[in-house]
Amino acid sequence: MVASKEMTHEEAAEDRVMFGFWVYLMTDLLMFAVLFAVFAVLRDNTMGGSTGRDLFVLPLVLAETILLLTSSFTCGIGMIAARRGDKNQVLFWFGLTFLLGLAFLSIEFYEFAELIHEGHTISSNAFFSSFFTLVGTHGLHIISGLIWLATILVFVVKRGLNRHMVRKLALLSLFWHFLDIVWIFIFTFVYLGAFA
Amino acid sequence: MRDFFLGKLDMKAIPHEWFTILGTVSFIAMIIFVIVLLTVLKRWKWLWNEWLTSVDPKKIGIMYFLVAGFMLVRGGIDAIMIWLQQAISVGESQGYLTADHFQQIFTAHGNIMVFFVAMAFIFGLINYIVPLQIGARDLASPFLNTLGFWLFVAGVVMVNMFFIVGGEYAATGWLAVAPLSGLEFSPGVGVDYWIWSLQISGIGTTLGGINFIMTILKMRAPGMGLWKMPMFTWGSLCSMIMVVTIFPLLTATLALMFVDRYFGAHFFTTDMGGNAMMYTNLIWMWGHPEVYVLMLPAFGVFSEIVSTFSGKRIASYKSNVLGMIGVSVFALSVWLHHFFTMGASANVNGFFGIMTMIIAIPTSVLFFTWIATMYKGRIRLTTPMLWFLGFVVIFAIGGISGVLLAVPPVDFQLHNSLFLVAHFHSNVIGGVLFGIFAGLAYWFPKIAGFRLNEKIGKYAFWFWIVGFTMSFGSLYILGLMGATRRLDNYAASTGWQPLYITAFLGGIVIAIGVALQVVQIIASVVQRRTLADTTGDPWDGRTLEWSTPSTPAFYNFIEIPKVSKIDSFWETKHLHKPKQKFVDIHMPKNTASGIYISIFAFTAGFGFVWHITWLIIVSLIAIIFFTITRTFNENTEYTLKADDVEKLEQDRTKKLEKTKKLAKPRNDDDMGLWEFITFVFNWGLNLIKNKGWKSW
Repeated sequence: MVASKEMTHEEAAEDRVMFGFWVYLMTDLLMFAVLFAVFAVLRDNTMGGSTGRDLFVLPLVLAETILLLTSSFTCGIGMIAARRGDKNQVLFWFGLTFLLGLAFLSIEFYEFAELIHEGHTISSNAFFSSFFTLVGTHGLHIISGLIWLATILVFVVKRGLNRHMVRKLALLSLFWHFLDIVWIFIFTFVYLGAFA
Repeated sequence: MRDFFLGKLDMKAIPHEWFTILGTVSFIAMIIFVIVLLTVLKRWKWLWNEWLTSVDPKKIGIMYFLVAGFMLVRGGIDAIMIWLQQAISVGESQGYLTADHFQQIFTAHGNIMVFFVAMAFIFGLINYIVPLQIGARDLASPFLNTLGFWLFVAGVVMVNMFFIVGGEYAATGWLAVAPLSGLEFSPGVGVDYWIWSLQISGIGTTLGGINFIMTILKMRAPGMGLWKMPMFTWGSLCSMIMVVTIFPLLTATLALMFVDRYFGAHFFTTDMGGNAMMYTNLIWMWGHPEVYVLMLPAFGVFSEIVSTFSGKRIASYKSNVLGMIGVSVFALSVWLHHFFTMGASANVNGFFGIMTMIIAIPTSVLFFTWIATMYKGRIRLTTPMLWFLGFVVIFAIGGISGVLLAVPPVDFQLHNSLFLVAHFHSNVIGGVLFGIFAGLAYWFPKIAGFRLNEKIGKYAFWFWIVGFTMSFGSLYILGLMGATRRLDNYAASTGWQPLYITAFLGGIVIAIGVALQVVQIIASVVQRRTLADTTGDPWDGRTLEWSTPSTPAFYNFIEIPKVSKIDSFWETKHLHKPKQKFVDIHMPKNTASGIYISIFAFTAGFGFVWHITWLIIVSLIAIIFFTITRTFNENTEYTLKADDVEKLEQDRTKKLEKTKKLAKPRNDDDMGLWEFITFVFNWGLNLIKNKGWKSW
């Protein structure tokens, strides 16, 4: 749609940014698509070593999944509060989102540390290379999401919940839900798939 | 301790071979020259404020042109070096290059020409022209645009960095085929430089793609529906949609290659379950459409030019646009034709062979719309039109040889031969580069305020055509005779040498063509008053960019135009225009954030190449810091008041009157080559007689 006359200069700019961010998310999705495809090709190349079935601790992964899904929910509630302009609610719900994300990341970190401790590293074989890279890339995205979220919250405290911050929160929540969806694919395809 | 500070860097990284010393010395000499020039002319502040930190897409476009022009010479020297080696390295004679050095040269040649010449020229043209064509003042995100440009510059520096530190570039071919590019077979830093120059500039390209999609889809002038967009904008839109589709694939693939080399992973290795053919698949999924990313804007350029210089609207506008869309769609499903010999089943090869042949159909549709446009048109044979006609011939030959190669059994014979090399050079030189030359000649008056010298431009064109036919004609024949590509030495009994020598001589003829293009630009600058474009519409153009004065104001339009038809400007330019209203204009402020982020992207890449962990961490933190300070800056725009616009426009009108008085526009006034030589001679003589250098 061509920026219509009814939109103010500001609104038109926000409309463009929102659209551009969607395009960016699609490019990111394609990057994940490559990693998923690579994992699909290499998942059985364990060269006689341990497989996912031997190593994955499903209860832990389930906990990760629940944490991340809940964080998406709190993120959504926070966004509703942001649209209402309720600063305290925003800080509470997005703060909660941050903590849940951090908890997810800690479990993932623990899982990786355990694997490496048992001698399964990224250079062990092609299966582990693709596993660590796919799941690790998602983890890196979560880290950047957390940094971004923390920065926004600091600025919300400093500058108040102005329209720039609401826009940034809207973009962030898109990003966060996007990572959630990618995680659901990782959960089913990488972890549950290992037991199929 | 040493490892911590310097990583893998040691004394061996200091230039010690003739070509690295030569490269280092010439780069440092150039840098010193520029520094001295800027200091003497007191232009540092001007450079920083007016150009480097500018977010004006027109200025960024010009900066793209300058970098690309420089890299064209750099990549061209590589080409001549390749041909010289092949012309003299027969049998016992090993030529003047070592095999390893030769391999690095053809790798660099491919990378530079695709990424840092063709892509840069195309992005430059899109930057300058698209906002003007759609009636916009700037891009959707001016910041992403400057960031994209500076990331591209960081990539350019990275690709040349090996001269100064490290001494070797990748010797793997331009796509760094695995497992040759893995740590096992390429232990040096050459491939790492390759990875990071492409990775950094590639991320810039993705950002650019997102930005132009936003701009074209969201910022068109009121009334300009998609089916009323100019053809160049259509070509750019198709190209940018392909950019955001394929560049993430490149980013991911390069990242995997990096993980392989840096952390010892096994994606593309020969051992521990790695799969090298997966690399070939992934890189060509990006690599094939990439050629069309370059080609589609060039198609758009040709559509504009044919239409303008035939004095007709493009024949069957919708077919033309659908042709471009068709090419973009099919381009995504043909990548496997680059490796029919992989060993896929006959059905897989058959599918990709057929898809490859089908892509000739939308391309032919484009050709027929151009031919139909010329039919009964009033054709003016200007230089842009000559480049177009040259393109028609050479691209058709390239296209036909492409369809031939699309047949898997034929490809088994011609795979990796010089026939293939000649095929894709026909397309990227005849198609992309000629498109760029045509576009630059066509829009030069808009960009510079005066048009290019037509006479010398035509000489340049003919040298290019003759040189191209000599070189690549020879390569077609050599390929059919069985010569494989990338040979640094061959037996005399093959009887190939005469053709290789012809190819080399053709390269020299092309080089003369390039030299003539430089002369053309200088001669045009000398005659800028005679060639000045005071109307803003020197070619009797059809699209909105010609409604602005040459050169356009930084806000592009006084008032955003309203559009009702295809070729809107053409349809309305003879009508009486209502007096323009001056309105307040929102403009983006200049920013240096893009430069800072790119500097640290470069240092991060450098750290990754040499395994310098602290540098990587510092750079990443700096990137995050500058990204936050920029994205949380709420004060990135300013408003230009209507009164100020009026004042600016009055100044402009006064200046224009002055130029009009000085201009003596006569059409056959362009100086010829002989006049140019006499002029330079007299100028030099004057300088000596009057001791003109003393006034410096």
